[in-house]
Amino acid sequence: MSEAAAVSGGPGAEPRHGVRIATIWAVATAIVLPLVIWVVGPHIPPGAMSQQTRDQHQVDVVLTALATPIVLLIWVYFGYAVRVFRNHGTAVVDGPPITGNRRIEATWLIATSALVLGLAVFGTADLLATGGAGGGEGPNPVAKPADWRGALPVQVIGQQWLWTFRYPTYGGVETTTLELPVNREIEFHVTSLDVVHSFWAIELGVKADAVLGADNIAFDKPFETGPFQVRCDELCGLWHGHMNTTGRVLSDANFATWITNQERKNAALTKQLPPYSRVYYPSPLRNAS
Amino acid sequence: MESASISVSERRISTPSAWSQVLGFNVIWAVALSIGGYALGHWLGSKIGINSAPQTETDQDDVAILMGLGFAVLGWMIGLGFFNYPLARIAGRPATLREREEHGAWRYFRLCTDHKVVAIQYLVAVLFFFFVAGLNAMFIRSELTSANATLIPAGNYLTLVGLHGTMMLMMMSAGVLGPLGNYLVPLMIGSRRMAFPRIESLTMWLTVLAGFVLLSATLLGGFPTGWTGYAPLADQAAAGIDSYIVSFALIGISLALVGVNMIATVMTLRAPGMHWNRLPIFVWGMVTTSILAVLAAPVLLAALIMVVFDRTVETSFFITSSGGSPFLWDELFWFFGHPEVYILALPGFGIVLEILPVFARKPLWGYRLAVAGMFGVALMSFMVWQHHLFMSGINSDLRPFYMFTTELISIPTGIIFLNGMGTLWKARIRFTVPMLFALAFFFNFLIGGLSGVFLSDVTSDVVTHGSYFVMAHFHYTIMGGLVFALMGGIYFWLPKITGFNLNETLGKVHFWAMFIFFNLTFFPLFAAGMLGMPRRVDSYNAELHTLNVFVSVSAFCLGLSMLVFLINLVWSVMFRRERAEANPWQSKSLEWQLPSPVPVYNFERIPTITSHPYGYGTPEAPAVADFGPHVIAGEGGLA
Repeated sequence: MSEAAAVSGGPGAEPRHGVRIATIWAVATAIVLPLVIWVVGPHIPPGAMSQQTRDQHQVDVVLTALATPIVLLIWVYFGYAVRVFRNHGTAVVDGPPITGNRRIEATWLIATSALVLGLAVFGTADLLATGGAGGGEGPNPVAKPADWRGALPVQVIGQQWLWTFRYPTYGGVETTTLELPVNREIEFHVTSLDVVHSFWAIELGVKADAVLGADNIAFDKPFETGPFQVRCDELCGLWHGHMNTTGRVLSDANFATWITNQERKNAALTKQLPPYSRVYYPSPLRNAS
Repeated sequence: MESASISVSERRISTPSAWSQVLGFNVIWAVALSIGGYALGHWLGSKIGINSAPQTETDQDDVAILMGLGFAVLGWMIGLGFFNYPLARIAGRPATLREREEHGAWRYFRLCTDHKVVAIQYLVAVLFFFFVAGLNAMFIRSELTSANATLIPAGNYLTLVGLHGTMMLMMMSAGVLGPLGNYLVPLMIGSRRMAFPRIESLTMWLTVLAGFVLLSATLLGGFPTGWTGYAPLADQAAAGIDSYIVSFALIGISLALVGVNMIATVMTLRAPGMHWNRLPIFVWGMVTTSILAVLAAPVLLAALIMVVFDRTVETSFFITSSGGSPFLWDELFWFFGHPEVYILALPGFGIVLEILPVFARKPLWGYRLAVAGMFGVALMSFMVWQHHLFMSGINSDLRPFYMFTTELISIPTGIIFLNGMGTLWKARIRFTVPMLFALAFFFNFLIGGLSGVFLSDVTSDVVTHGSYFVMAHFHYTIMGGLVFALMGGIYFWLPKITGFNLNETLGKVHFWAMFIFFNLTFFPLFAAGMLGMPRRVDSYNAELHTLNVFVSVSAFCLGLSMLVFLINLVWSVMFRRERAEANPWQSKSLEWQLPSPVPVYNFERIPTITSHPYGYGTPEAPAVADFGPHVIAGEGGLA
């Protein structure tokens, strides 16, 4: 009876499942991994508009490439098990009573630990090397880009439900659109006048929460001119989904023209604004809902 | 064993008349008294709060509403009779462990101390709210078929988002602990009851109340905060947020009590011979989940009380201009919130690792490692909460630490995969409906887990944080993980719980529809998030329109697949009523050695456990327990 032979698990009756699974996995990885890296990889967002998006893109490609063999291992194993280790017929037949295997358990633990440690080291090194990777780092950033001293400070102010921008080096002028010079390090100072918002300049790869009373700094260096979207990424009440605007990265000359225009146009308004400050303290309880 | 069901029915004490059942303490009185309590509390609150500063400033009567809801909770508990026993004890009546267990159908509508009745109440309640919350998701997806907010007014949309999230989180944290945990843990450890039967009933009725209180937000203007209730938005929001606060607080209390009860039960009520290394893996899942619930839920409760004080007596815990900080809420909420998401993962691990050996006909592979993995997840879940705050501007120098701890959790989670793979090695798999769900769990949770690695890496998280990528990630872990496991658990154990078989064909239709449309719904959302779609929005970049329409259509089909489940459930249990065998899956676990449905007192005698429950493949393996000579149930005293 084949079932009896199967239960006894004699090495003669059974094919070498481990070798087969490893072979299928190796072949699948050899085929899929290059596709993931060179075919899918280049299309992984968020593009190449700034230093930060390039870093983020690179990290995502690395992580996807690392994930691919793991996904394939699990899929191949489960696919094989479902295909081969099935009960044929209606009689209930027991499998071999294997309760564990110290060596496999230890190998698995060592392998996953090594992978995780590698990921953590890679992530930390990358975070420090990329100057915070475009994320909000609070008032005293630990990770700064190399040329942060020459950065252009731009304050991003979130309030229900719009974004405004102040340029402290240009007389604290406040604008309703975000325009930035190309190839220059930008130092965003993100803050809020009421509830928690989150400043997300999608194509620039910048994300930083806007919190009342907090100065959240994020660095970014755009490499390409062109438009980008700004969206609110933290639920902030009724019109959260509409708290959008678009910005532009301009050439140096265009930016200089634009900011001079803004300074002149808004001169009267700028005088009425509170003096530029890292944070502002209005009451957040203005009933906006 | 055959005589057990007969002996219990013989022993049935006289059921009180229908009239005395209706007039006694039950859910009818609870509803009446909670409505009365709300009116009384609201009246008192409006007297007290009429001159308070927040009320005059914001034109809201939070004091009245919160006091109303508080009194409603009190009325609910009085109506159900939760104060009867403590008062009787004060008055000198003798102590009893259990009561009102054999009063026919009415026991399902009142305080009942039979853990199996409570579990069925839980199951009905949790599924009811699961479907309500699922319906909300259908509305959300309907709105998102348009890129420009055309269908649902913005305020209602946010309320739908908040209701969906909060209700799912609330109900799914109780979703396994409540129904399956309460039902199975005593049976699996050889006990006749939970350690605290009245508290067990209380947790169930608080969960029901919490669901309805949360729904009452729709009558109070809704709430705009989603399930995370971020301050100061919660301080600023209209009165609907009071419902959110009270309902979440009720769930917090309920969860902590469930946890205490579960831990105490497993610590003290194990049958003789039920050594720790013979405990079914599902019980370990419940124990580790309970540890999280006990330690995390009180933090939520504390944070919610702070919001209550902020809203009523201007304490300014979260208001910067008066000396508070919104970060305080972030920290407290996620200190609860991250263990909470593992409260939504560990029960799933327990269920699938319990189901796999039965249909693989093999012992659970690496039992000790699985237990260690569960404890590892439980322990580490308290060390990762700041990964929700990577972009918030707080403690940016700690980001590498939280990145590291978050990635560390993938080690114990990986262990669960190894257990699954080891158990399937050279197995004799039977593809029953529960097994299909258990296998799908691994497929989904793999994607959920690996997408979590992207989120744990700060650089990658800058792109995906707060976007639909996160949303897809946690739906893969919670719905793809926990809900699939729960469905598997329901198909697996419902024959034991109700005594009726579920239809297998409909079950398979349900499974395949749910599996396919779940993946078609949520996988594209990873892309939506990376392409710049934030969560909880009702309008988005027009370029993402096609993607969203596709997702919405899949989501509707996913919703329909849940209807197949509902039809199967109702039809099989209420109309077809095909009697289940005592052990239809030929499991070796203790609960399957009992008749279906299980008699009121579970075991005629407390059995002596002689083996772990995974003795597959060893013909000479001892039976899982020695049930001893047959004795009429209950004669041996109560537990």
